[in-house]
Amino acid sequence: MSDINILVFLEHQQGALKRPAKETAAAARGLAVHSGGKLGAVILGSGASRGQCELPGFDRIFLSEDRAYDTFNGEAVWGALAAALEEFRPSLVLLSASAVGREIAPRVAHALKTAVAADITGLRLAAGGIEVKRPIYAGKAIATYRCPFPAVATLRPHAFPAGGGDDPASSPSQATVPVTVLPAPEAGSLRLQVVETRTAPGTGRVELTEADIIVSGGRGMRGPEHFGLLEDLSKTLGAALGASRAVCDAGWRPHSEQVGQTGKTVCPKLYIACGISGAIQHLAGMSSSKCIVAINKDPAAPIFQVADYGIVGDVFEIVPLLNEKVKKYLHEPVSAP
Amino acid sequence: MRIAVCIKRVPDSGSRIRIAAGGLRIETADLKFIISPYDEMAIEEGLRLKESSGAGEILVISLGPADVQAILRQALAMGADRAVHLLHEGPSGLELDGRQCALALAQALREEKPDLVLFGKSAIDDQNGQVGALTAAELGIPCVGEVVRVEWSGQKFRLHHQLSGQIEVVEAAPPVAVTAQKGLNEPRYAGIKGIMAAKKKPLVQVPAAVGSPALELLGIEPPPPRRPGRIVGEGASAVDPLLELLHSEAKVI
Repeated sequence: MSDINILVFLEHQQGALKRPAKETAAAARGLAVHSGGKLGAVILGSGASRGQCELPGFDRIFLSEDRAYDTFNGEAVWGALAAALEEFRPSLVLLSASAVGREIAPRVAHALKTAVAADITGLRLAAGGIEVKRPIYAGKAIATYRCPFPAVATLRPHAFPAGGGDDPASSPSQATVPVTVLPAPEAGSLRLQVVETRTAPGTGRVELTEADIIVSGGRGMRGPEHFGLLEDLSKTLGAALGASRAVCDAGWRPHSEQVGQTGKTVCPKLYIACGISGAIQHLAGMSSSKCIVAINKDPAAPIFQVADYGIVGDVFEIVPLLNEKVKKYLHEPVSAP
Repeated sequence: MRIAVCIKRVPDSGSRIRIAAGGLRIETADLKFIISPYDEMAIEEGLRLKESSGAGEILVISLGPADVQAILRQALAMGADRAVHLLHEGPSGLELDGRQCALALAQALREEKPDLVLFGKSAIDDQNGQVGALTAAELGIPCVGEVVRVEWSGQKFRLHHQLSGQIEVVEAAPPVAVTAQKGLNEPRYAGIKGIMAAKKKPLVQVPAAVGSPALELLGIEPPPPRRPGRIVGEGASAVDPLLELLHSEAKVI
């Protein structure tokens, strides 16, 4: 197989790569072992040069520390990425299927005259391209596609291992990795201007699709005033808060927290469904979670069919107790319950 | 203001998906089809912008087989002014990749010269989430994705969108493309009057110029079955055993 150069676009927070970015970088590294091509990364915004320290095995870093990249302007980011594409000429471009990745990937695909293999959960090299798996109908089915080079894919958060510094052999002295500084955006030439940034309503702490643990509530919570119970548990666990469609449509929780086919598709390590009966469109959005816990007073609720562990009981009794015990457990992990 | 809204016909979110023999398509015979929910929000936003600015025209476009005319009529019944049906004989909506959809839509939109092109952020069937941005790129106009609020000042749009816990407000002068995210609005139901009026509104059918595919569908399979779960217990006494399982068996806490 001829050399296949792979370019990844990595999101970070002040130089610390976000978890989905680590997954994307690790996936690219995994492919490069077989392809023999070069690995390039694009990192933009304050702290970008610190991000490169987390990239063992990469051959080329394109970065800009310009503060203009600290907010997301699709036009500006595309300008920088286009410059990197032009110079690196990758066969494959990988991004995270985050809000930013979802917005930028089509620009890359357009430039490369292809379509995005979007929100993939499986990736391997195939003759002259990649073969990807991606859930469709919110996970009611899985489709396999072949995408000839040049190809663009976005990787679903949590679907790929994040790797880590487990491969010291592939970690060269970072000083030897050529760095290309990308230009700051030309403010006057951009067709979009970011005029305001503020914290989103809801918890705002952990983005639902990137969260390791999700505590989710349904109609069984009986009203918006009871979601404090779930907020307490989610704080204890460092989890994001999710909700069913019924709850969001009723205005109990913001739409940004909705899990399901018409909300967000999630696959956290642990999904705790509280007072959620399990409508088919909700199950579609969360049933690829690694471990599912259901708490519901109706033993016949469909949620128990996908749950690994179920408790038949009153959420108002179980959730506070669970919170208390988890708190205790996290403080004294030696004496497991 | 000239507004175009691109909509897709998809199986209702409550549908069970059955994979057809051969594994390359789904059974469509028993499915109930609807306007993809995010696209419905795009229509609603177009209607509200037209109503609040007091002038303008709303064009709805859909790509697909003859049946998509039903959702175009529904959009007309909601209040859109005219419709274009880009005919492509693919019964399920999985037949075309994002680039093919974007090329066909851009071809139809180019001569319409809209000030604003609205899309849903993603269709709930193939969940490609790229046709809005790809179409915009093809048209050479900027696109703001996953928007939860649209404001029009008379000269510029202020578009609010959410990125990992942050709301960003982006300003753009027309022409611009926008994709609708949940929370943007609550789409209206078409009334009897609207349904009657829709029958007389113009709906034009033209062949879709989709070009050749960029991605090749190799197969569709059911999701891997979940390991059978179990009821740990009833009531408060089940909490300790649950924690024990989460710790030692599932190893998630």
